[in-house]
Amino acid sequence: MAKVPIKVTVNGVEHSTDIEPRLLLVHYLRETLRLTGTHIGCDTSHCGACTVVMDGRAVKSCTVFAVQADGRSITTVEGLEQDGQLHPLQDGFFQEHGLQCGYCTPGMLMTGVAFLKSNNNPSDDEIRHAISGNLCRCTGYVNIIKAYQYAAQKMREGGA
Amino acid sequence: MIPRSFEYFSPTTLDEAIALLHKLGPDAKLLSGGQSLIPMMKLRLVSPEYIVDINRIPNLDYISETDGHLRIGALTREHELESSEVVKTRFPILSDTAKVIADPLVRSQATVCGNLAHGDPANDHPATMLALGATVVATGAKGPREIPIADFFPGLFTTALEPEEILTEIRIPFPPPRSGGAYLKLERKVGDFATAGVAVQITLDDAGACKNAGIGLTNVGMTPIKATQAEAFLNGKQLDDATIQQAAELAASESQPMDDIRGSADYKRDLVRVLTARALTTALGRAKGGA
Repeated sequence: MAKVPIKVTVNGVEHSTDIEPRLLLVHYLRETLRLTGTHIGCDTSHCGACTVVMDGRAVKSCTVFAVQADGRSITTVEGLEQDGQLHPLQDGFFQEHGLQCGYCTPGMLMTGVAFLKSNNNPSDDEIRHAISGNLCRCTGYVNIIKAYQYAAQKMREGGA
Repeated sequence: MIPRSFEYFSPTTLDEAIALLHKLGPDAKLLSGGQSLIPMMKLRLVSPEYIVDINRIPNLDYISETDGHLRIGALTREHELESSEVVKTRFPILSDTAKVIADPLVRSQATVCGNLAHGDPANDHPATMLALGATVVATGAKGPREIPIADFFPGLFTTALEPEEILTEIRIPFPPPRSGGAYLKLERKVGDFATAGVAVQITLDDAGACKNAGIGLTNVGMTPIKATQAEAFLNGKQLDDATIQQAAELAASESQPMDDIRGSADYKRDLVRVLTARALTTALGRAKGGA
């Protein structure tokens, strides 16, 4: 099948690639760009391990074709740290022990990045709803919620 | 999982999209949010030869209020419905529905119109639109035509859309004063389809009796079901407990569930009864509260 050209900005860097239309965004990120921080979990739109931020919205990259990202801007977990400084949410996961095995973590972080941008003073209940599309089999979610709250406070203090 | 190969088109006008559908015929599928289509393609339950992606067509993403109707455009995402002020204040039943569809990540891509156009009786908006008496706008080569939602679901995974038509808008009449609605769904976990779901929208008259009732049922039949007997029964009646219970039993008798992994047919039928009674009670409270 004929390949189609796409131009996608990933973590601030523009990439021009010819791809098969059936290529999923998660495979494009992991295999074409070798950004393997985005994980494939269930591969059936349930677990949220593959979550990335596309034009400001958190989406499951296993359920988006790469061709749909043409002309759009994607942020993956690799794009969070800036100049050696962890993103407040990454810092929160570190400080509050928000992970054990770490498999769901990139997705949890990307969901949180989009969520905290629209609500930097959330209740625990709002956080639980926000992460209801991200499965974690280790933590019982308690420390993830603490990590979100840690980041929210940092972001409020930092004016971010 | 990797879908079969397909040829990809991304028209930038509605006319172009309709012309493509006309040219490519029934082997073409429209892609909007893709949150049902892409999983089905990955499982190879469907393998369209052509994908016509409508996401690059401008001016299809809106929630507007005109001529006494709420209008929802083809590319309006569930997330936008969920956060819309007019929806929150005037259509609490729509807020109820949007919040229980899949999960927040799916809702940031999934479209409201796609939820109807997919024709899946397990989807949640069909029941809500049946309760609200919505109309869908189908646009084809001959221009737009309106289809009442009650005529939109002739069979399983089938809609009244012609192969070259696009569902471009949902129109919902603004509820008159003393109206209220609610959508209740039982799901095993977040993201699951409903074991059963019930949508109720009612309007009361000056004396507090039911002037109009709409009741839609999710995932308890081959199509979304409009519980017309329960609706008719409620007309002109005060909604006391006994009346609510009788209407709930009628709605249960109108459901046609099947045994599956989510429960037995008997269980689901009883669930329709319980959810209908609860949804009526909530709708009544909202109607009296002016919401």
